[in-house]
Amino acid sequence: MKLTDIFEETYTALSANKSRSGLTILGIVIGISSVIVMVAIGQGSQASITSQIESMGSNLIAVTPGVAMSSNSRVSSGWGSAQSLDNDDLERLKAELVGVKGVAGELSGRYQVIANGNNTNTSVVGTEPAYAIVKNLGLASGDFISEQNLRNASRVAVLGPTVVEDLFGEGADPVGETVKINGLKFKIIGVSESKGGLMNQDDAIFIPLTTIQRSLVGRNRLSTIDIAAESTAVMSSVEEQTKAILLDEHDIANPDEADFQVMNQAEIVEAVSNITATLTLLLAAIAGISLVVGGIGIMNMMLTTVTERTREIGLRKALGAKRIDINRQFLFEAIVLTLLGGIIGITLGSLISFTISYFDLIQTKISVLSVVLAFGISAAIGIVFGYYPARRASALNPIEALRYE
Amino acid sequence: MIEVKNIKKTYTNGGIPSEVLKGLSFRIDDGEFVAIMGPSGSGKSTIMHILGCLDSPTEGRYFLDGNDVSDLSDDELAEIRRKKIGFVFQSFNLLPRCSALRNVSLPLVYSETNKEERMAQAEQCLEDVGFLKEHFHNLSNQLSGGQMQRVAIARSLVNNPSIILADEPTGNLDSATGKIVMNTFRRLNTEEKRTIVVITHEAEVAKYSDRTIYIKDGLITEEPIKGK
Repeated sequence: MKLTDIFEETYTALSANKSRSGLTILGIVIGISSVIVMVAIGQGSQASITSQIESMGSNLIAVTPGVAMSSNSRVSSGWGSAQSLDNDDLERLKAELVGVKGVAGELSGRYQVIANGNNTNTSVVGTEPAYAIVKNLGLASGDFISEQNLRNASRVAVLGPTVVEDLFGEGADPVGETVKINGLKFKIIGVSESKGGLMNQDDAIFIPLTTIQRSLVGRNRLSTIDIAAESTAVMSSVEEQTKAILLDEHDIANPDEADFQVMNQAEIVEAVSNITATLTLLLAAIAGISLVVGGIGIMNMMLTTVTERTREIGLRKALGAKRIDINRQFLFEAIVLTLLGGIIGITLGSLISFTISYFDLIQTKISVLSVVLAFGISAAIGIVFGYYPARRASALNPIEALRYE
Repeated sequence: MIEVKNIKKTYTNGGIPSEVLKGLSFRIDDGEFVAIMGPSGSGKSTIMHILGCLDSPTEGRYFLDGNDVSDLSDDELAEIRRKKIGFVFQSFNLLPRCSALRNVSLPLVYSETNKEERMAQAEQCLEDVGFLKEHFHNLSNQLSGGQMQRVAIARSLVNNPSIILADEPTGNLDSATGKIVMNTFRRLNTEEKRTIVVITHEAEVAKYSDRTIYIKDGLITEEPIKGK
């Protein structure tokens, strides 16, 4: 049997029962398009989360305090709970680190903030001028904290856009106004640019480090030291230097007993990527179930078709069709159904992914791999689920098939 | 040329063997028009299946054009059917929703003949059986019984077979249309020297043939059976 004839037979057979063929194809369309959409959402989220982490500043290293452990108990209070970082550590790092773009100490806490008759509870970050460079923070209006502010422990504040919105309403420019933090009056000198992202820097107020230490917390400790390396190449060197300097400063000989923790941005990106990759796989697996259901739909239709066309199969055999001719004809039908479903599904899935991105619901990213994979899977489903019905058709006894009512 | 020697066929149904053909021997020469006649249950359908290479005998030999085809595999039998046998069935067995031309050309699909040639041969055969040209593209379900059976006869001719096997070809037709169909066979035999074997239980039908083989209880009998 020639390929063109198989095509013609397939076309005739599938168009003879358009609604049934259409519904069967729909099953595959739903399966394939959901795989495409789910994978696109997974990969899109991965890409956007990674870029958000990177937007917080590049080549970032963060030093946080270690575990607080009371001397006579074995109960740990968790990383960051100890008050093991202070201004001396910061000064030594600033003085001795080689290959850094900037070092900024940070002490943050949550305080009640009042302005313009509105009241909110937000994160107040005490920091230094270098913070803007280290964290890649831009300003929408006004200025960031200056060296002079820092020296004088001035009561000035730079507001994040979310805080501005909460206190002054959307689109307001509050530079020059005052804000009360924990009962103390601060002058607003700037508004930071919106960055979005995971660890939301938009919902924060930045004030000089000296101010928060003296006026709000009352101690010279730090909650984080942020370090920006000059390039990716020197990241590990900077990390090593930081550990060595702090171990020396804290008089700790064994690095395993360090009372601080050094985290590298690349490690964070990798950890988050691993989580989102697992999520993507999970989403794809769930969508894959609908693909299998679609495949069963194909098999169901093919089995019905074989039963309905028993007499026709008997006739074809009587006229000289061999097993392989019958087998091919039915297998081809199943493959054409799934491939049609695959093509429509890929188109629909891409369209849905694009629409989701377009309306800014979730970032999506269609990869060539997922399209190729979906296409391959749909063809494979045709072969796997079409094989049994086709074999059943080809094995029919012509005499019995011709008698079949 | 057909030659069967001591053909036996036993079916096993639920463990109980029943011998349907008990040793048939006969010979049909090229160009003959033979009727195989017998009451229902006589084994005439079984012998037709064996002659048509749809089934193999349990015992005995079947020579088609001098070749022993008694022990061939399913696919080898399919090949013999494609090349040497034309079937005409009682219930026509046309492909539904397909044109007369496509139905007639169907056997040629399996011999990988190209489409133009298929159509040309199908047209020729339809003309041979007196099928009107204006109905060539009519779908099979739009044809009358007589037209359908003529399409089926044209289909049996298209691969230029050694024999045409017709199983109760007039069974689903009224007597006037039945006569037209039998005259078509008669003419194909006289004018084109086609070998035709008609299986029937009606003496009316059998009388169109040159010779009648009577079968009763799986054996050839001499005297004619009183027709129904």
